[in-house]
Amino acid sequence: MTEEFASKSAAAIDRAKAEGRAALVGYLPAGYPTVQESIEAGIALARNGADLIEIGIPYSDPVMDGPVIQAATTEAISNGFRVANVFDVVAGITAVTDAAVLVMTYWNPVMRMGVDEFSRRLAEAGGAGLITPDLVPDEAHEWIEASNKYGLDRVFLVAPSSTPERLDMTVKASRGFVYAVSIMGVTGTRTSVSSSAESVVARAHAAGAERVCVGLGVSNPDHVREIAAYADGVIVGTALVAALRDGGVDAVGQLTKNLSAGLGRAAAEA
Amino acid sequence: MVDAPTAGSEENAADAFLQGGPSLRNASGPYFGSYGGRWMPESLVAALDEVQDTFEKAKADPDFIAQLKDLNKNYSGRPSLLTEAKRFSEHAGGARIFLKREDLNHTGSHKINNVLGQALLAKRMGKTRVIAETGAGQHGVASATAAALLGLECVVYMGAEDCRRQALNVARMQLLGATVVPVTNGSQTLKDAINDALRDWVSNVEHTHYLLGTAAGAHPFPAMVRYFHEVIGEEARSQILEQTGKLPDAIAACIGGGSNAIGLFHAFLDDASVKIYGFEAGGEGVETGRHAAAISLGRPGVLHGARSYLMQDEDGQTIESHSISAGLDYPSVGPEHSYLADIGRVTYEAVTDTEAMDAFSLLCRTEGIIPAIESSHALAGAIKIGHRLTQGKENPSDVTVIVNLSGRGDKDVETAAAWFNMLDEEGHVKGTTLSTRKPKGPTERTNEAAVDVNEDQN
Repeated sequence: MTEEFASKSAAAIDRAKAEGRAALVGYLPAGYPTVQESIEAGIALARNGADLIEIGIPYSDPVMDGPVIQAATTEAISNGFRVANVFDVVAGITAVTDAAVLVMTYWNPVMRMGVDEFSRRLAEAGGAGLITPDLVPDEAHEWIEASNKYGLDRVFLVAPSSTPERLDMTVKASRGFVYAVSIMGVTGTRTSVSSSAESVVARAHAAGAERVCVGLGVSNPDHVREIAAYADGVIVGTALVAALRDGGVDAVGQLTKNLSAGLGRAAAEA
Repeated sequence: MVDAPTAGSEENAADAFLQGGPSLRNASGPYFGSYGGRWMPESLVAALDEVQDTFEKAKADPDFIAQLKDLNKNYSGRPSLLTEAKRFSEHAGGARIFLKREDLNHTGSHKINNVLGQALLAKRMGKTRVIAETGAGQHGVASATAAALLGLECVVYMGAEDCRRQALNVARMQLLGATVVPVTNGSQTLKDAINDALRDWVSNVEHTHYLLGTAAGAHPFPAMVRYFHEVIGEEARSQILEQTGKLPDAIAACIGGGSNAIGLFHAFLDDASVKIYGFEAGGEGVETGRHAAAISLGRPGVLHGARSYLMQDEDGQTIESHSISAGLDYPSVGPEHSYLADIGRVTYEAVTDTEAMDAFSLLCRTEGIIPAIESSHALAGAIKIGHRLTQGKENPSDVTVIVNLSGRGDKDVETAAAWFNMLDEEGHVKGTTLSTRKPKGPTERTNEAAVDVNEDQN
């Protein structure tokens, strides 16, 4: 991983590491149910134990998302969400918390605004970088340039199906952390964590990744505890979105608190 | 993108072509100029590599080529005919219009060419299940057919709105043993069916091949789907030479994702004298915003794995497309078409629902052929270019035009009956109940006249 800049995501993960635990990464969509409430929900994430926050941009064709996140992002769009609102959400959260705030986005909205323009505004809002589910490093020439220019983290994904060559290439192109997809599938809660997750993390570490976080299908403290034993961070999305849907901002805070209880390695609670 | 040429170099490509430069045929991808590529989740990259590798090996394997040839001949019924449409031609400025009869293929459209090729590849990869998206149902029916023939499980994703528009095709797929999944996300049309098919693929990629139905999507699909359809243009080129002794002045096809079009165009790309036209769905009119004319009115973006012209709003959200033809109702287009548009080799124009339906009716009444509404867009376009190319010509019949009649219109009879006001309030065809039935006169009528007569009967 290239580290020419002080990576906000890396710093947040390292702070957790110094406390003897894995980092918690919480996902919520921008503008769901409204822009203001998504800021409040993001703040609740940070105040209840999330070290990094992933703010998703609602998009018309979210091919990597399951039904819960699809329903939430569709509602955000019909409630009037505009892509530029994501910078308000990021700024609103970073203004009052220490969490590293990344944006998770499908690529076309970024391309439409202009990769440089998008990056500049994200950096201005205090954002840490981008997680790009449908952008592989092979197509990321423009983003690599812009992220270098504005000091943003580039979080690419690796999957159980990634070949050693691709894993190596992706780890080298990433900055901040590498997002290990635990299973072959889309976002959504699952009863257990796939056994392939641990081997993807091990392969990414072996390829030189200093920080690897695991996402997809992680929804309860038991999952968090299992993954925290071998990964540098644990990513939870759908379960938090469902909590926000069913119980509002308070429910997000409560679930985050429960999830963070699973972060400690062995008995080494900080 | 790596190696993405600038706009300047695309102009150079056009110049080079006009000066007899490098061939435009057999473009292998992943890029067509600055279009194409692989804008896909990492989870699917290994599967795309496997498809590409299997395809490349198969192309070089005489056994595979022989197998495909045999299926094309003895199962699909290729070569398809090239039929001169003499009475229809009178309405196209007198230019001689020739129809490439993909409607006569087994399953009733060009789609069978691609599915047989890809289903054979699926077998070679050891996959036991194929999934497909479908708009009009033609690709779904073709996929279900190939799956039945080769003993593969088949699941077809189809927008709920399209299931309603094409209920007969849903039943056909089910009869062929496929499972049809109605897609209720988004606009409930083709693009949303592709989204759900991609979600299925990423979850089941180990034993499943995604049998994408058009020359779009991530590499290798655009080049691979084109390869399986190239037979259309190859046959048409030798048939027209045989029938007229010369190359056509122009060729025309309809464009949704653009697979029938690229299949016809490919053989003629290097014939500089042949003008090439693609007709997009102009829906209710391009000025209304309710259309599916991605090249005419879109701007480059990424959707479903490829960079190409795309109907999108200021935020990069995909705009819902509109067309009377479910098969053209797609907000983007295959990346090779975007490239051919930019370099000026192919001219892309929009044809409205009304123009397409007029051409549909005209072909029914002048040639005794009921065309698919998709193909009717190409027929409407051919009327326009026929008039254009014969202007000022002493002998208009010197001008020859090939139109790809990509599918037959049986599936569209209900839509057409509603369009031409042939149904009563209950959705029954007017004049079919005993109380209202009376003999019809022998005179040829315009559509409006036909409607009036029907109303008189009630």
